[in-house]
Amino acid sequence: MANDIAVVIEHLEGKVADISFEMLGKGRELAKASGGQLLALLLGHGVKGLAAELGCADGVIVSEHETLRHYTPEAHKQALAAILKARAPRVTLVANTAMGMDLAAGLSGSLGWSLCAYCRDARLTDGRLTAVSQIYGGKLLADADVEGPSTILSILAGSFPAEAGKAAGNPRVEEVPPPPLDKPRIRFKRLIQPEAGDVDITRQAVLVSVGRGIQSKDNIPVVEELAQALGGALSASRPIVDQGWLPKTRQVGKSGMTVKPKLYVAVGISGAPEHIEGMRGAELIVAINTDPNAPIFNVAHYGVVSDLFDVIPLLAEKLKASK
Amino acid sequence: MNIVVPVKMVPDLVEELEVDATGRALDRSFLKLRINEFDEHALEEALLLKAKHGGTVTVLALDTGEVDETLFTCLAKGADRAIKITGQFQDGVSSHAAAAVLARVLGSIPHDLILTGVQAADDRDGQVGILLASTLDLPHVSVVSGVEPAAAGKAVTARQEYAGGIMAELEVDLPAVLGIQAAREAPRYAPVSKVRQVMKTQKLEEVAAPAVEVGAGSTVSRLAKPETGGRAEILEGSPEEVADRLVAILAERGFAKR
Ligand SMILES: Cc1cc2nc3c(=O)[nH]c(=O)nc-3n(C[C@H](O)[C@H](O)[C@H](O)COP(=O)(O)OP(=O)(O)OC[C@H]3O[C@@H](n4cnc5c(N)ncnc54)[C@H](O)[C@@H]3O)c2cc1C
Ligand SMILES: Nc1ncnc2c1ncn2[C@@H]1O[C@H](COP(=O)(O)O)[C@@H](O)[C@H]1O
Repeated sequence: MANDIAVVIEHLEGKVADISFEMLGKGRELAKASGGQLLALLLGHGVKGLAAELGCADGVIVSEHETLRHYTPEAHKQALAAILKARAPRVTLVANTAMGMDLAAGLSGSLGWSLCAYCRDARLTDGRLTAVSQIYGGKLLADADVEGPSTILSILAGSFPAEAGKAAGNPRVEEVPPPPLDKPRIRFKRLIQPEAGDVDITRQAVLVSVGRGIQSKDNIPVVEELAQALGGALSASRPIVDQGWLPKTRQVGKSGMTVKPKLYVAVGISGAPEHIEGMRGAELIVAINTDPNAPIFNVAHYGVVSDLFDVIPLLAEKLKASK
Repeated sequence: MNIVVPVKMVPDLVEELEVDATGRALDRSFLKLRINEFDEHALEEALLLKAKHGGTVTVLALDTGEVDETLFTCLAKGADRAIKITGQFQDGVSSHAAAAVLARVLGSIPHDLILTGVQAADDRDGQVGILLASTLDLPHVSVVSGVEPAAAGKAVTARQEYAGGIMAELEVDLPAVLGIQAAREAPRYAPVSKVRQVMKTQKLEEVAAPAVEVGAGSTVSRLAKPETGGRAEILEGSPEEVADRLVAILAERGFAKR
């Protein structure tokens, strides 16, 4: 229906992703404002049982098929497009994740619906939709008036509390078979699990994380010294790993590990949304960055606006001396 | 394999970003632009594929300003062709419009594989590569690192990265569009002298952008720095003083001795 709110449920290996609950919670709020129902869209094979976890929704539309057993952008987009075309909800929420990225823009392209990406928030007032997108690596927020009767929003993880979407309930379940996909052009081959690392950064109480501010591989020992002085492990932002300066197992963030240490020291890390997603749950966050406007200072508890090479060696030395 | 890499200029995020007097757009007067970092990875992956399996690499850019040097740099790194798409793009262009233009231009450029950057930090309406694939009715995979030819050159194997370091291996029929997150190797560097030499010896091709129509979108009503209640307490003082404060703070919480 034209005032319904739809949420595309993301799940992997039988587990509903937290972002799905975040979106259900937000979707509930939007449905109240639109006067419509909250619909959860659940695609896969043998996933009907997951509907029991989606009690926050008024209805769960389940589409099960062999072609949906593993995620592929093509099969999932086609199945979703058919459901969405038939229901034309007011707003459709899709996770801004590796899976959701293809779906959000893919659906916008094939349905011709407007799309706002990187959403941190959305409001419906008197039928008008405002979306808040976080852009420029988290440095700016853009409020936008969104056109069109149906809109897709792709939601950044960590925008809303997941608890709000975990409400108990008894949604009606409706099964809708997907349209046939005779010749898939994208074929799932296998899932590759991460290699067991030298250290498991998700289990460390103290992480000292290094970012591109370190400038070269040769400087990494500067930060490693601090990790040692604190009895913690060294982790990193994505570019450090992409450069081959540290192994993939040390990467914190959206496409790396989610960590919740007692102490997280971010050294020369700007705090892009994709990084923050992986470390915002740390108990105490200290950031060192030359840029006073670096978004990392929006999540850190203590900040130092300074050249890391001036502060880090000194700090490591003082910590060692105090032992 | 004919590979096409569309590249985009974006504000350098290390620089200060100012909002203009309207409060709705970036102040572009002192904006320093650079190539989107993921596009450097897309180009690198294209050049690695070409080196190993043959083919051509064509770089495309909408002329959103300051693209010439970037395109010459792509040639210096080893691209075969660089095409500048001219039009009224100086104040930026939506992803839907850019995709529509690129789709039309690609009509006259041979392409088996289109490698875009996974995303750019300055767009609000989704990724050009996905929209382009949708317009051209091609398969698309985002967040890819690692591309290998498969099925006798009729497909590629692409690795899509999920959270927690899990990856999916997908086989994708060509032609296809892939959003590249990271190349298998760190992007190569083109020395300035080489870029200068290319500027003297090679030419950029130019194509005028066709007129395109795009559907419903959105209009920015306010652009601003995030207001957060929980902003960090900034420790002021000399490095010496700051380090002492930090030791004290860490000691208080049991991470160090005083
Ligand atoms: C789909 C997707 C998934 C991603 N997944 C991840 C992920 O899992 N993890 C991740 O980290 N990123 C991820 N990214 C990349 C992310 O968008 C950013 O590009 C990345 O986090 C930036 O890393 P950085 O902060 O180290 O580098 P930059 O953003 O370049 O920041 C470097 C910082 O260092 C500061 N600096 C420079 N010199 C000094 C100095 N001498 N002293 C102190 N500070 C200094 C600068 O002011 C700047 O703020 C992902 C991106 C995409 C599109
Ligand atoms: N104006 C443009 N010209 C050429 N390529 C573009 C343009 N905008 C986006 N792209 C491509 O699409 C990718 C994703 O950008 P975006 O859609 O802005 O997130 C970029 O990394 C480029 O490869």
